[in-house]
Amino acid sequence: MDFGDSREEAAFRARLREWLRTHNPGLPASSTSDDYWAGQAAWHQALYDAGFFGLSWPRDIGGQALPSVYDVIVDEQLAAAGAPPRPSLGYLVQGILAHGNEDVRSRFLPGIVNGRDRWCQGFSEPDAGSDLASLRTRAERDGDDYVITGHKVWTSYSDVADWCLLLARTDPDVPKHKGLSAFRISMRQPGIQQRPLKMINGITSEFGEVLFDGARVPAADMIGAPGEGWRLAMTVVSHEREPGELGYVARYKKLVKELTAMVRDHPERYGPEQVRDLGWALVEAEMLRLHVCRRLSDRLDGITHGPEGSVDKLLMTQVEQAVGHAALSVGGAAHGDGDDTWLKVYLYSRAQSVMGGTSQIQRNLVAGRILGLPT
Amino acid sequence: MDVRLSPEQVALRDSAAQAVDRLGPHAVRALDDPERAGKLDAAVAASGWRELRAATDDGAPWASGVEVALVAEELGRGLADTPFLGPTLAAELRRLVGARPAGDHETVALAPDLTALANGTAEGAVAVDTQGAMAALLTVPTPAGDHAVARVLLPEGASRVDLTRPVAGLGPATALNPLPDAARSLSEDDLARWTALGLAITSADLVGTMRGAVQLASDYAKQRRQYGRPIGSFQAVQHLLADAFVATEGSRSATLHAAWAVDALPPAEALAAAAVAKAYCARAARTVCETAIQVHGGIGNTWECLAHVYLRRALLATDILGGTGPNLARVLDHHGIGGGRGLR
Repeated sequence: MDFGDSREEAAFRARLREWLRTHNPGLPASSTSDDYWAGQAAWHQALYDAGFFGLSWPRDIGGQALPSVYDVIVDEQLAAAGAPPRPSLGYLVQGILAHGNEDVRSRFLPGIVNGRDRWCQGFSEPDAGSDLASLRTRAERDGDDYVITGHKVWTSYSDVADWCLLLARTDPDVPKHKGLSAFRISMRQPGIQQRPLKMINGITSEFGEVLFDGARVPAADMIGAPGEGWRLAMTVVSHEREPGELGYVARYKKLVKELTAMVRDHPERYGPEQVRDLGWALVEAEMLRLHVCRRLSDRLDGITHGPEGSVDKLLMTQVEQAVGHAALSVGGAAHGDGDDTWLKVYLYSRAQSVMGGTSQIQRNLVAGRILGLPT
Repeated sequence: MDVRLSPEQVALRDSAAQAVDRLGPHAVRALDDPERAGKLDAAVAASGWRELRAATDDGAPWASGVEVALVAEELGRGLADTPFLGPTLAAELRRLVGARPAGDHETVALAPDLTALANGTAEGAVAVDTQGAMAALLTVPTPAGDHAVARVLLPEGASRVDLTRPVAGLGPATALNPLPDAARSLSEDDLARWTALGLAITSADLVGTMRGAVQLASDYAKQRRQYGRPIGSFQAVQHLLADAFVATEGSRSATLHAAWAVDALPPAEALAAAAVAKAYCARAARTVCETAIQVHGGIGNTWECLAHVYLRRALLATDILGGTGPNLARVLDHHGIGGGRGLR
């Protein structure tokens, strides 16, 4: 057991550290400013082009087939440099790798990995949140196409997406989990209307809703077989719950580092309760880094798509919300000059116990699928 | 980086697990069975686990902090009522000062608040994990400004917050005898590394205790029926146990790193890694053990239920070298924030 770098890992780390000295775009935190989202695509492409993104994925889709633990090194160095985190889209890659055929994989994945194609995920609907399988968006066959009608909501990046990973009902006559199929549908067409949703912290460019009214998708762009949509969705969300896939360690470490510097530079301004909140944020963020080291090491035995993602999601949520509480405590909510940067970080942290499956759903999964408690 | 256990580490963990599964106390009344306890003690003595931190010929320990933590976790899970923490920490002190291994059973004595090794006086010091021990090690300041390791004989009698591991208070008159064969004294770096080992062992003990408590409560929730259903089918109970399981997993990730760091990182880094683990585990363990009592309902509040034995074991492991307050302060210190000291 070794948490230290191998020679190759140390060389990679040194290369990344050096590259970051001149390539850190200095974007604000994703949770505090629309400017982050405006610069995110360029950051993704720069990181990829320099050889620091998509490391563990297969070479034929643009990856480097390195062990997944390289991703932790990236997270650590991004945080140390105060750079933005790596793009959070590994769950899309895992889902398409696991369920797509060769044609779909080779057409869809390289663009996701290299950052030239931007994707959003059309799963949730106004009446299908936790009960995702009850979703009502329809996909009806019409020649070589499917025609899509429905309403998706809480869709991250829908405003900038070229493509949507869409979950829709292709067979209304079978039990609800069995009638769903997954597609890649173009967001650039007349039958789709995208509207931004303003989050509680005022961010407008992350979150949206998407209306499908006669939008078309070629049948060849179905991912997996007809009726395989639920299984694909479960693969996707199981990885969407993994901090190692999302790269959130870098996000949390960067925020905690900034809060730590504030207290270290002006200790006289902070009381013991504020210092305690910061202490817990330091402990929580470090725990998550180590947990990711463990999970990504386990991938050396092969990737699984199991219920452990629910454990990770609950840990990650606890970390994000501890960091949020430290942001509120140390950064403060009300400032005479109107600076609400830390308030935004705090408010954004409330979404973590909802997105990707609520904490209550995760607890159900841990209780049933890991602890074996009866239903 | 590869933080999977090696095959040898898996084998060590499995043999520790087998020892407690075979000979550990599986019911409260088994704590009073001297024949069983004697067999467990003999099995642990024969295994050599208490000597993992004794010095090899070149002065390095026989095994790293990882091996020590793996054994500590399994002994905690199985509520092992036989010494491990005490003799391991005493052996580490002897190794660090280049003294020969003790000829008898030995443990360590901590400062009255248990947050550090006792230094300078035995008065009010607390020897931990004292079962079968004749003496305890502590430190005395040297004129050069570092610390010599001294040995005190233990008094009769012991108290038991933890029903599996007694502690003993030392009196003022207890004589301090520096180890005659010590080759050197302890530097601040030595003390930091020793403290890191102690925090890693107690964190691992807490992880094991949590695993045992979650297993006990989950098993009970599957059997106990109310309203015609197992109570484990109710979401309110499921979510308590899910949270307990998740807290245990986070604790384990932090603890594995702390155990590795003991020997792999510079002393200040090792101590910070250990403090992260201990703060996390201490907070988690109390909640997890309280959950185990809650899930057991009325039965959980009776002496005969093992749930309180887990809680009591966790309370002692938490206090040894400090729980959340002192370790948050260590973490903050490491990041240049001294104000954390007010957190105790």
